[in-house]
Amino acid sequence: MGSTLRIVNGRVYDPANDVDGKTRDICIKDGKIVKSVPPKTKCIDAKGMVVMPGGVDIHCHIAGAKANIARKLQPDDHRRDVHPRLDLKKVNTRSGTGGTVPSTFTTGYRYATMGYTTAMEAAVPPLLARHTLDEFEDTPVIDKGFYILMGNNVLLYQMLQEGRHEEIRNAVAWWLNATKSYTTKLVNPGGDEPWKGHRNATITQLNDKIDGYEQLTPRKIITSMVNTVEDLGLPHPVHIHCNNLGHSGNYKTTLETMKATGGRRIHITHIQFHSYGGKPNENPTSKAPQIAEYINNNSNITADVGQVMFGRSTSMTADAPLAWMLTRYSNDRRWVNADTECESGCGIIPFAYQEQVYTHALQWAIGLELFLLSKDPWRMVLSTDHPNGGTFTSYPRLIRTLMDREFRKQQMDSVNQKAVAKIKRGHHMEREYTLQEIAIVTRAGPARILGLKNKGHLGPGADADITIYDEHEDKELMFSAPRYVLKSGHLIIDNHEFRNNHEGKILHVAPGYDEGIKDVIRPFVEDFYTIKFDNYAVSDHYIPRHEVVPTAKQ
Amino acid sequence: MSLKLTLKKKPTVPVEAESICPDKMEGLGLRDIAALPVHHGNETTTVGDFFKVTGKSNGEIRLEGDTSRFKMVGAAMSKGRILIKGSVGQHVGVAMSGGEIVVTKNADNWVGPEMSGGRIIVKGNAGHMVGCAYRGGQVGVTGGEIIVHGNAGNETGNTMRDGLIAIGGNSGDFTGVGMLAGTVIVLGEMGQRTGAAMKRGTIVSMEDAEMLPTFTYACSYRPNFLRLYLCHLRDLGLPIKDSWIGGSYHRWSGDSIELNRGEALIFDR
Repeated sequence: MGSTLRIVNGRVYDPANDVDGKTRDICIKDGKIVKSVPPKTKCIDAKGMVVMPGGVDIHCHIAGAKANIARKLQPDDHRRDVHPRLDLKKVNTRSGTGGTVPSTFTTGYRYATMGYTTAMEAAVPPLLARHTLDEFEDTPVIDKGFYILMGNNVLLYQMLQEGRHEEIRNAVAWWLNATKSYTTKLVNPGGDEPWKGHRNATITQLNDKIDGYEQLTPRKIITSMVNTVEDLGLPHPVHIHCNNLGHSGNYKTTLETMKATGGRRIHITHIQFHSYGGKPNENPTSKAPQIAEYINNNSNITADVGQVMFGRSTSMTADAPLAWMLTRYSNDRRWVNADTECESGCGIIPFAYQEQVYTHALQWAIGLELFLLSKDPWRMVLSTDHPNGGTFTSYPRLIRTLMDREFRKQQMDSVNQKAVAKIKRGHHMEREYTLQEIAIVTRAGPARILGLKNKGHLGPGADADITIYDEHEDKELMFSAPRYVLKSGHLIIDNHEFRNNHEGKILHVAPGYDEGIKDVIRPFVEDFYTIKFDNYAVSDHYIPRHEVVPTAKQ
Repeated sequence: MSLKLTLKKKPTVPVEAESICPDKMEGLGLRDIAALPVHHGNETTTVGDFFKVTGKSNGEIRLEGDTSRFKMVGAAMSKGRILIKGSVGQHVGVAMSGGEIVVTKNADNWVGPEMSGGRIIVKGNAGHMVGCAYRGGQVGVTGGEIIVHGNAGNETGNTMRDGLIAIGGNSGDFTGVGMLAGTVIVLGEMGQRTGAAMKRGTIVSMEDAEMLPTFTYACSYRPNFLRLYLCHLRDLGLPIKDSWIGGSYHRWSGDSIELNRGEALIFDR
């Protein structure tokens, strides 16, 4: 007999199963949700409380080489925010540091204390998968996965240049297997490679020729990867960080990117950073209405917002030319720009978003516009691009901003008024997100977009990742301190207190590929990498607890 | 009569003694004071393990014996006085906001980092990083005075925002690096790269100094404010010569890679 548990009397918000605030019992057996359990089972009485699936973060940066560099870059952040160890009865928790880039253990604990049980690290160069998995091993409670950077990969460029599409498919599948990753990510496709070769070189148009590859354009790279991922049947489509992030007038690039896929599924990430009007090198304006309208009308597109939250953040990206541009606007002296061999670039800058700065206030307002204009919460989900727009610990505040019209107005009145004046006024500004919509944008939506069939809902068969909140007028308070959090059926937070530890597992895909592709990749790695091909792939003992999420063909 | 802590035996590894602070010992009996925690290596021990505690607490704490391995003495203190009859370890007076610490011999690195008020007097030499921000911090000392009678090491006054640091002897390299405001006065020689990346603030030296190429010579003049500072330092016991008080100073402005609003005043012999 496995362990069983029943949650009774709670108001359940389970949008994936059309349960909107009805009082239901939730039965748990062996870490899964089941239809029923024996009547004498231990109960949690959730009377007057709100029951939701555990939160799913579709896009954050929590582990790997760049997170580690960002931690080392900001010792001041850690000194002021120490996460103490806890002596629990069953197991102890580890100490750590917080700040904008918390240490591994703290990341896991803080996600859990907020009611989040799954998080996806959004940008890892394949070469650094091993490092990322090592950090995941030390990131407790939550389930996690990562996306590998494939938008500036020299070998794939060569194959694409020569039209070797079959080999590209096999190579991408091999890479996903070799790194134990979840999907592919394109960051400023075609932008990093020229940047590494020439001073201040980057890409501004989808049809720009990429330096050194006469036949290649960002458009070709994007369509090729969309085709490849569709052929492989990955549960999550290509995760795209478009070209021209942060530049005024970039909304055209974003629209073109969305159109370029010809109706096939893509996920545009932190779309707030890609919704700016205006002329290059001048102050931006908001084009959120155009972007939101396109997404509302095209069901093949999903997006996460990448909301900017005021306060300290760390800009951390594989988009090296962008990071260099940001150093001009940062109020901090520190920055890092780095190269990851034949795969990607990297830039890290401590940053602070200020309410009185025009651009920052506008970015904040554009994010809110996108939320409020979105007609389908299943396809425009919540993120702050942690820690780029703000940290994940600011989600409760963001939720309150969405749910509480008066609170939003107060904030609007206290930020840079020139920026607020640029925002389109109208009926949508009065909108208040309901609890059901919040459950969609923070749980059910991300899980569906990710293709995680066992996450984000409370139907039979789902993982028993459950958050129970006290109903409270102040939604920030409510969402920052759940009364109970269950992870795989284990009671992690019991009556607001951290009571149990849990390891969490790695979510990854394992698409099939032709073994012959290794003979194509091997000589390239031997010639141009600092690592031997036989040492490249991550072995299975890096993922002691894992779940292979099946592709459409498996 | 003040509270007296007499060292029984010098520890073999440094001890973190944040508890030795008037704010924490105020109103406690001798037994309670002896039971206050200090960190010795990886163990938490007590003040009583290292010191014989006598006297009565009246706001002043006297440390006797070779306390050069005791770190963080007077951390975050806001009032009272600590008299250290001997040398003291690193981080003395970290983040203090008031009161006075007097060290009769030498102080190790990190004297008064990020302090906001009060006064630290070191009769001997001080180590590196006198009156600094901790690594990565944006702002260092925001107020108060640090008076070192002997020499100081590198990076004196790193990123200081306000207050006074006076060095009676020589200072090392990078004196006043990254200063935001405030005053550093060095009566002896300064090392290389004085005032690198300073935004505002004043660095004064009575000896010739090699300035960075990003500093520009502005003029020679007799700054009135400096007389007040020097008279104040003379009252505190530094050997200020009459010729310095009325003397003329070369003014260099910099650092031009930053705001260029800082100044270095070099005594014109």
